[in-house]
Amino acid sequence: MVSPPMLPPILAAQGIRKAFAGRSVLNGIDLEVRQGEAVTIIGASGSGKTTLLRCLNWLERPDAGDIRIAGATMGRSGSLVAGERELARQRRLFGFVFQRFNLFPHLTALQNVALGPRRVLGQPRAQAEARAEQELRRVQLGDHMHKPPSQLSGGQQQRVAIARALAMDPKVMLFDEPTSALDPELVQEVLDTMRALAAEGMTMLVVTHEMRFARHVADRVVFMADGLIAEQGAPEALFNAPTDPRLQRFLRHLEPTA
Amino acid sequence: MIFDWNVVWYAVPLLAHGVVMTLQVSVVAGVLALAIGLLAGLASLSSFRPLRWLMRGYVDFIRGTPLLIQIFLVFFALPVVGVRLPEYWAGVAALALNSGAYISEIVRGSVGSVEKGQSEAALSIGMTRTGVLWWVLLPQAWRPMVPPLTNDLITLTKNSSLLSAISVYELTRAGQAIIATHFAPFEIYLLLALYYYLLISVLSWASRRLERSLPQW
Repeated sequence: MVSPPMLPPILAAQGIRKAFAGRSVLNGIDLEVRQGEAVTIIGASGSGKTTLLRCLNWLERPDAGDIRIAGATMGRSGSLVAGERELARQRRLFGFVFQRFNLFPHLTALQNVALGPRRVLGQPRAQAEARAEQELRRVQLGDHMHKPPSQLSGGQQQRVAIARALAMDPKVMLFDEPTSALDPELVQEVLDTMRALAAEGMTMLVVTHEMRFARHVADRVVFMADGLIAEQGAPEALFNAPTDPRLQRFLRHLEPTA
Repeated sequence: MIFDWNVVWYAVPLLAHGVVMTLQVSVVAGVLALAIGLLAGLASLSSFRPLRWLMRGYVDFIRGTPLLIQIFLVFFALPVVGVRLPEYWAGVAALALNSGAYISEIVRGSVGSVEKGQSEAALSIGMTRTGVLWWVLLPQAWRPMVPPLTNDLITLTKNSSLLSAISVYELTRAGQAIIATHFAPFEIYLLLALYYYLLISVLSWASRRLERSLPQW
């Protein structure tokens, strides 16, 4: 897949810092993502990958730094601090897919996906459900629309979660270890869905331990260590000629599975 | 000891009047308590700190003082500051405020115990906190609320007997009136206990039916 290097970044994070109870997790992250780019973030657990993702859409409020997405600055409204409604509007510029799916158990798959268009965008029910149906078909779940999450497999649930995010027309999709909670035989269907999304030109940022995905689908791989981006580049270069010793060690440990 | 069946047969129709009043007080106070509890419970989940403090103060006061004192406060103390309620409404208000505080804790607890990922997922599709509460948290909180709510409504119904102290002519008061004229405390108090027991049984049964009819996932 050819990435379009000429486009300006659709997402630019600058100097992101975050600490929990005095323990510093992110130490000033700078990251730019261009429109249509698929970027994977790898690194040992505890390196801050998930926190970075959650800071980008302000599920966690960064302690410092700016996040600009599609013309907006997260948490700001002009020179003022964004109010709750404004922040909610900014947050939906991102789609977020959680490790544990976090589907709404009291709603069917269709209602899960339609909830955003209906209650956030205020669309009439028929329109919201038509959109939800379209997104569910896009992730190959047209036959399971009226089932509650408890009747779906993990892989199906995660695809519903992807459809739920897509139904809000996000500018950037964030995936937080989307296959880590799945049984091994269900991983591939989710990765296939993500691969198809990338091929359609969706801008994606994926935290993952699936090195095959990082190697074959990503336009760029970012390696995080100690709350910083230690190394980044095209997958071939990064996997075949790593320079940072921490990355070299990380890849050595993975070798059997990669 | 001789059990006087005559006074029992004499009391049954007289007590019916008291049963109606007990039911009426309990239903009115119960509905008000549910409304107060829901509003106060949601207020205690608010991001507005002074409101949370206010609600904590309310719950703390109710929990920390006896209901009988609360009833006396509403009936005897409020008139001093110009609020004079008839005994019926003073009793209903005291019961509702008392039960409302406990119910607000149930609401707060049930909503708060919905898994954190649910809120995060709702926020991530652009919902405001109010939207999250309304469309995601509350629909999941109803069912777990039913058993503890039943407990509190049962307690409220039984506590309504304390209104006899401010001359509300409910079941207990009606019984006392018969005891005063016929001096049969054993028979009448036993009869009162049976009446309350039957009322509560109906409530428990209705609650179990309601809980079964609510969706589960």
